[in-house]
Amino acid sequence: MTVAVYVFVMAAVTYVIRMVPFTFFRKKIKSRFVRSFLKYIPYAVLSSMTIPAIFTSTGNVVTSAVGTVVAVLLAFFDLPLIVVALAASLAAFLTGMVV
Amino acid sequence: MIARPCKNTCNFFGVVVYLIYLFYERKVTLKSNFLRGMRDGIPIALGYLSVSFGFGILSVQSGLSVLQASAISASNLTSAGQIAGVGVIAAGGTLLEMILVQLVINIRYSLMALSLSQKLDKSFTTPHRLLASYGITDEIFAVCSAQKGVIVPAYMYGMILISMAGWVLGTFLGASAGEVLPDEVSSAMGIVLYGMFLAIIIPPSRRKKSVLFVTVTAALLSVLFRYVLTMISGGFAVIICAIAAAGLGALLFPVTEEEEEAEE
Repeated sequence: MTVAVYVFVMAAVTYVIRMVPFTFFRKKIKSRFVRSFLKYIPYAVLSSMTIPAIFTSTGNVVTSAVGTVVAVLLAFFDLPLIVVALAASLAAFLTGMVV
Repeated sequence: MIARPCKNTCNFFGVVVYLIYLFYERKVTLKSNFLRGMRDGIPIALGYLSVSFGFGILSVQSGLSVLQASAISASNLTSAGQIAGVGVIAAGGTLLEMILVQLVINIRYSLMALSLSQKLDKSFTTPHRLLASYGITDEIFAVCSAQKGVIVPAYMYGMILISMAGWVLGTFLGASAGEVLPDEVSSAMGIVLYGMFLAIIIPPSRRKKSVLFVTVTAALLSVLFRYVLTMISGGFAVIICAIAAAGLGALLFPVTEEEEEAEE
């Protein structure tokens, strides 16, 4: 099977998942529970994707942990996304040089 | 006469850098929604550039060409799904396996799409929705959700375009650099994406008890699945954790009308 077929299937499935609810859902949701649920969903998804995966993200628990601490501190003080992300990576890299 | 072109060039670059600074620092009021979208997408594009670099390296290591890796990034625009997809291709898996893997890992986008569909302007007609839905990623969703008021198509297109450019360019560069880069650098880049996620969820968790409850619950459940309930695959675990944590949050801290109005 050619790679192109795989890529097409991957892209098609991913697109349909995004497109169907985005395109065919027009009404404002009345239920307070559902509105609250949808407000919290992104935080819940990102949190469960990040923890505990971040602690093995560099292939080394020590460098990952140092990077995580740096990211948490900088994020706590409202620094921009890109600063937090690259500082975490830099911290992990520098720790890797020492350890 | 000789010094003149240099001086002009230097001035030119100085002006460009200054304009970029003004643009990014929001000192220029932008009337074009498309440009506003691009500006708000700059941090996403820079993040994607570094994250997709790692994806490019991984793809080449799995036996894909630079062109194939870039084509996957351009057509999928998703991180976890692409990494799993390359795994299926490398292992010569069936198409059914590919479909299920993508469905499970990316199903969270349908929840985000549903949530975002509540925030769209009236000008978001069906063709616009068909086109813009391609670009619903974790980060674009997060930035659009955090916007005050409704979202117009041009704003989303600007953000998607610049983010996609970063994602595809990073993949291309990573795949091209391939094995040239030392291991220490490429492994340290593995944390970039997660650092960005933390930067999205921590500030609102600090300000609101309800969001803090949701993020902590989701994290604890996720740890439980990772180390105790290991028979559940990673993709399914994220779905269960997210639904449980957001559901509990909605039961215990339902959003009030005032809160919603304050955000709009």
